[in-house]
Amino acid sequence: MSTGSLLLWVVLPYACAVVFIVGHIWRYRFDKFGWTTRSSQTYESRLLRWGSPMFHLGILMVIAGHVVGLLIPREWLYAIGIDEHMYHLGATWLGTAAAILTLAGLAILIYRRRTVGPVFVATTPMDKVMYVFLGAALFFGTLATLVYQVFGSGYSYRESISPWIRQMIIFQPHPEMMEQVPIFFQLHVITASLLFALWPFTRLVHVFSAPIPYLFRPYIVYRSRDESRGAGARPVRRGWDPITTPPDNRGRRRR
Amino acid sequence: MKVMAQMSMVMNLDKCIGCHTCSVTCKQAWTNRSGVEYVWFNNVETRPGVGYPRTYEDQGKWRGGWTLNKRGRLKLRDGGRLHKLSRIFSNPKLPGIQDYYEPWTYDYDMLLNSPAGEHTPVATPKSLLTGKDMKISWSANWDDNLGGSLETMDQDPLLAKMSEEVKAEYEKAFMFYLPRICEHCLNPSCVASCPSGAMYKRAEDGIVLVDQDACRGWRMCVSGCPYKKVYFNHRTGKAEKCTLCYPRIEVGLPTVCAETCVGRLRYLGLVLYDADAVAAAASVADEHQLLDAQRSVLLDPNDPAVIEAARAEGIEEDWIAAAQASPIWRLIRDYEVALPLHPEYRTMPMVWYIPPLSPVVDVVTNTGNDGEDANNLFAAIDKLRIPVGYLAELFTAGDPAPVELSLRKLAAMRSYMRGVSLHDEHDESIANAVGMSGAQIQEMYRLLAIAKYEERYVIPAAHAEQAHDLEEMGCSLDFEDGPGMGGAGPFGSSSGASVPVAVENFHSLKNRQTADRPSSPGRVNLLNWDGNGKPDGLFPPEEKK
Repeated sequence: MSTGSLLLWVVLPYACAVVFIVGHIWRYRFDKFGWTTRSSQTYESRLLRWGSPMFHLGILMVIAGHVVGLLIPREWLYAIGIDEHMYHLGATWLGTAAAILTLAGLAILIYRRRTVGPVFVATTPMDKVMYVFLGAALFFGTLATLVYQVFGSGYSYRESISPWIRQMIIFQPHPEMMEQVPIFFQLHVITASLLFALWPFTRLVHVFSAPIPYLFRPYIVYRSRDESRGAGARPVRRGWDPITTPPDNRGRRRR
Repeated sequence: MKVMAQMSMVMNLDKCIGCHTCSVTCKQAWTNRSGVEYVWFNNVETRPGVGYPRTYEDQGKWRGGWTLNKRGRLKLRDGGRLHKLSRIFSNPKLPGIQDYYEPWTYDYDMLLNSPAGEHTPVATPKSLLTGKDMKISWSANWDDNLGGSLETMDQDPLLAKMSEEVKAEYEKAFMFYLPRICEHCLNPSCVASCPSGAMYKRAEDGIVLVDQDACRGWRMCVSGCPYKKVYFNHRTGKAEKCTLCYPRIEVGLPTVCAETCVGRLRYLGLVLYDADAVAAAASVADEHQLLDAQRSVLLDPNDPAVIEAARAEGIEEDWIAAAQASPIWRLIRDYEVALPLHPEYRTMPMVWYIPPLSPVVDVVTNTGNDGEDANNLFAAIDKLRIPVGYLAELFTAGDPAPVELSLRKLAAMRSYMRGVSLHDEHDESIANAVGMSGAQIQEMYRLLAIAKYEERYVIPAAHAEQAHDLEEMGCSLDFEDGPGMGGAGPFGSSSGASVPVAVENFHSLKNRQTADRPSSPGRVNLLNWDGNGKPDGLFPPEEKK
């Protein structure tokens, strides 16, 4: 086990995971106001109407595929009757379809972002950086699937990458599992790790605001003004102790 | 019965001269920021006209508000929860910014810095979205005073509902102004549409607000509101809307639009309503019954049972007293001259309107008859189908009877009071013709025509025991580049607008905010006085009698 391997397959993913988690907590506590999709639909909706659902549905399929492929041990799938061949067919073809949907959607969205004037003006530097890493992770992931799974002989990542991730999750890292993994899979893992580190500082945070509770709440929301020193009042920031003054000293009209 | 209080507004359209002062002062107070350049929490539309955003009343296109499903129960016109979530990645019913208008500024620098030449330099319009040159082709009140309306008028969704003959005559017939703010509905469809639960109706006073920290920019509120009075800040990615100037309302002041209205046509006050009855009233099958249903949801503040129930809900005595003195209650229920805007949207709007009689008076006067004579006016209201039909589409889902009754009452008031002023005669027959007494007519006249400040605005302040908290309360729009343009320094700030950062201010504020007693007892430093209140020592003590 070399130092490089240790850095790439233990230190980097853990560091990215820490930044991911702490970053989200920090941002949620101190930048709730910035926590938004920052939609650009008011500027342009014709391209968005195709690109956005394509990308989002595609990426949801991709995420579901990753959960099944990486987190669920294959013995469990065998137990419910999904053997290696069935899994391979499903993962390859569904995965490829999802990848095409996602990449085509992303292409439309990036084209729109670049060519529609108001949308381009509203693009922040962070958006651009995020697009690079998101695009890279998607690109290497798709490339790995195409090169090894579709056109190649098939690489069984469920014997290397999947156990590596599960070992990482239970804090018993085995970096050597990743050493023999084909290069595009390795690049996919590295770019994805970096994307996760970037995540809390980009608009990608909106993923964690998926409005599932909407399905279960009553339609009309009532809120009392008294709940937190008045509706809309933000909690006092850490480090800012509220300075109270005697009422008589304030020079305010008493009502 | 669950009694709740609702701060509401009535506008007397007869007195609106379309000066846009309300719009401008509101804009200066709330939306003079980037991201909301195109947003007018208050706007004034010329009717007939297409409105702002264009054709917002065409719910076949925009699908805002509520409708009834096959079982006669309320549902959002644009679909329920699952349907909304299924279209969260791209909301097909969201108005584009072009449906409002593309905001612009002018290249003023050109006027100052262009080289000497033969021609006067011109400040060309520049888009605030792209920074590029643009051709101005629409705005928030492009068809003001029916300007250019021959081209756009046929897009008015209300005229489309009326007959051809009426359409052909409208421009000769009448024109009036319709100032609009958020309706602060009892059954708000924007709140129901918000996937994040960031929009809410305040339990104390019914003001509908957006929690800026909880909004995630899903934009469903914009399409959910049939009045299109929730706006998307394209810079911050959050929804914003009319707040009914709640920081002012909480201290007993009227909203900015009402305070600055030169026609003094706005009324503000509380009504008590039965929150348990709202859903049933909004589900009445016959659209023409919605007005009466909404009236019946409002509770008589003088009824002992209502007062008892209000106390049980924790409504304070001064709020009950304010509801009893409310001009809103009198205009809606005692006189029944005020009508809601588009009750057919089933949101139970709480900004009501007194329909304009002036177009009718003008028509009568133009025919050479006495435009203030009761009989002439009554006959004209009956005969002039055009204004009544159009007003009915606005205020009563197309039912002409309540509009006629309201106009007849206004006409009776005119004639009756003319008799009083000119001949000192109290012609009770005029009053009786509209089911009122002369005394009632005079009361209504006082409220509508004399319109004293303290009678127009009956606003109970938020509670004394809460007042200290409210004083330095944060404001939902007080964020970076918000109206207040950022936070105060570590010592807070004086009231009013933010002061420029300077070391003098810093020290004076530090002294003022950290001292536990006046720095020089008995004397007041006028440089630190922010104009509010009466510090000790500013004036000599009052003589005791």
